[in-house]
Amino acid sequence: MRILRGALSAVLALGIGAAQAQEKKPGEKLKVGFVYVGPVADYGYSFQHDQSRKALAAALGDKVETSFLENVPEADSERSIESLARSGHGLIFTTSFGFMEPTLKVAKKFPKLKFEHATGYKRSPNVSTYSARFYEGRYICGEIAGRLSKTGTLGYIASFPIPEVVSGINAFMLGAQSVNPNIKLKIVWVNTWFDPGKEAEAAKALLAQGADILSQHTDSAAPLQEAEKQGKLAFGQSSDQMRFAPKAQLTSIVDDWDGYVIAEAKAVLDGTWKSHDTWGGIKDGMVVLAPFANMPDDVKAKAEASKKAIADGTLHPFHGPVIKQDGTEAVKAGETAPDPMILGMNWYVKGIEDKLPQ
Amino acid sequence: MIQMVLVTIVAAATPLMIAALGELVAERAGVLNLGVEGMMVLGAATGFAVAVETGSTLLGAAAGAGAGLALAALFGILTVVLSANQVASGLAMTILGLGLSGLVGASYVGLKREPAPHLNLAGLTDLPGIGRLVFGQDGFVYLAFALVAGVWWFLWRTRAGLILRAIGDDHTATHALGLKVRRVRFRAVLFGGACAGLAGAYLSLAYTPFWAPAMTAGRGWIALALVVFASWRPLRVLAGAMLFGGATVLQLHAQAAGLGLPGQALSALPYLATILALVLLSLGKRQGGSLAPAALGRVFTPHR
Repeated sequence: MRILRGALSAVLALGIGAAQAQEKKPGEKLKVGFVYVGPVADYGYSFQHDQSRKALAAALGDKVETSFLENVPEADSERSIESLARSGHGLIFTTSFGFMEPTLKVAKKFPKLKFEHATGYKRSPNVSTYSARFYEGRYICGEIAGRLSKTGTLGYIASFPIPEVVSGINAFMLGAQSVNPNIKLKIVWVNTWFDPGKEAEAAKALLAQGADILSQHTDSAAPLQEAEKQGKLAFGQSSDQMRFAPKAQLTSIVDDWDGYVIAEAKAVLDGTWKSHDTWGGIKDGMVVLAPFANMPDDVKAKAEASKKAIADGTLHPFHGPVIKQDGTEAVKAGETAPDPMILGMNWYVKGIEDKLPQ
Repeated sequence: MIQMVLVTIVAAATPLMIAALGELVAERAGVLNLGVEGMMVLGAATGFAVAVETGSTLLGAAAGAGAGLALAALFGILTVVLSANQVASGLAMTILGLGLSGLVGASYVGLKREPAPHLNLAGLTDLPGIGRLVFGQDGFVYLAFALVAGVWWFLWRTRAGLILRAIGDDHTATHALGLKVRRVRFRAVLFGGACAGLAGAYLSLAYTPFWAPAMTAGRGWIALALVVFASWRPLRVLAGAMLFGGATVLQLHAQAAGLGLPGQALSALPYLATILALVLLSLGKRQGGSLAPAALGRVFTPHR
């Protein structure tokens, strides 16, 4: 893929295709490009996104042509996005939070192209945003962990202190507290999305500190494997990672973008595409939980029940009262947190002892 | 608990140590190889692939070193034989290595195998306090320490090592003396590549025993910084690797223990330490001079 990237840059350098966005001729295929922050073979976040690219190619095979760039560093993503824009792509998915500003910048230069940015919050007339309510899945993980932990201490490997990660930690903690009010949560920030070695070290550190169930918001299977090695339990990330830890994985929050990606491509083809924001959850099939495993049947049944309750709206992870770490009330009793609050979450709930890095 | 932390620090330091020692020898001979990251990741992919196919960790490690060596041979042909720019060629090797490793490892993603076996000596390994630290590591760790001693002995106690260092300091003079500048440099580059490949194989066979693309996550670059930090001396590489590895591991443990240390600052520590070491050493040593091998990075074209 780097070769493709190199070729694209070469095309760029030659000035071929440097003209403004080409109008799509009737009967011509829609070129859909994807930009990934990690390798497609990470069996995690980027892998799941690439699954949706394949699903798109399968569903609309005769009308679309797909391509992707992987391992695109966030700091250097503008060049990659622009290379897709210049090479005749009509719809471009930029799939990492850090691609937000570069996406908007390139979108401004190519007003006729459509852009889709995952997990961001800034839109423009030709930039849509989409994300999944991962926190719904994390709440259920928290419940499971709270029920199964023997030491009463859970471990969490976190990447960067952005709202998506913080709301995930809070939902996990609230879920755990709902079954065990005295549960403790230890958090390690590794400042990377993908570094197997460092993630494994973080897992070792958490297990050494008495955590017996690990959750992670990083992309490699190394923490799961570490848990498996030490006979502890853990949750997978982004895709079903059972193959790495058949005795340790309880479940995994699986991102399923297939439906969304296909719908958006269809909208572009029909000319009905409009900039909008989508935030789908368990109900929409965007957040899927891998089959529950390595837990007693009653815990499994309760997890299934919670999943159903979240899908039909009777259970909301941020249902009040939600108390912040400093003791102030964030959500009143009987109310649920509005979406903007969850999307901008930069505080911990009560009971978490870590200090949120700023 | 303390022993457990020390064991993980040694494990984190080992790949840095192996890769940095190889690079140190190449740089002592006057060749700056910026392709360490690429050779490392190719070694990780090839090592894992061969280990899965043959079921042998030893063969995997050898294949990893071999893959690094092969990429280094290409680098050597470009820079030593054809006198191409070392910086550009090295960066090209990193990109090529990352790409090739994805190709080699493509069908091995998602597989897992048992980690490399750890030494287990009856009685000794179970000694309280230091047993696991001294007698319970895997083979790579002992090899890394043996390499430190071996490289030190070679560079400072053998004639060949003296020649290598002399070539790294002044290729024109050594060439005039009739020494084989290009042959020595080429071999030094090969050794560096093999070490980088071996360090990569350690990652995919022992440290986190699976293959994932780009799993080296910048360790090749840290190894390069480590050589500078160590001011091109093998024993300081050992100390520096422990410091770099220790900084990473300790900050994670500090977080897990709930100590309020800023993780980002601690993550940057290795690089800050390198800058500091450079400043201090260049102040302390020769006036206005540099500690680096004088001909480092300079292209040598022999007169015919």
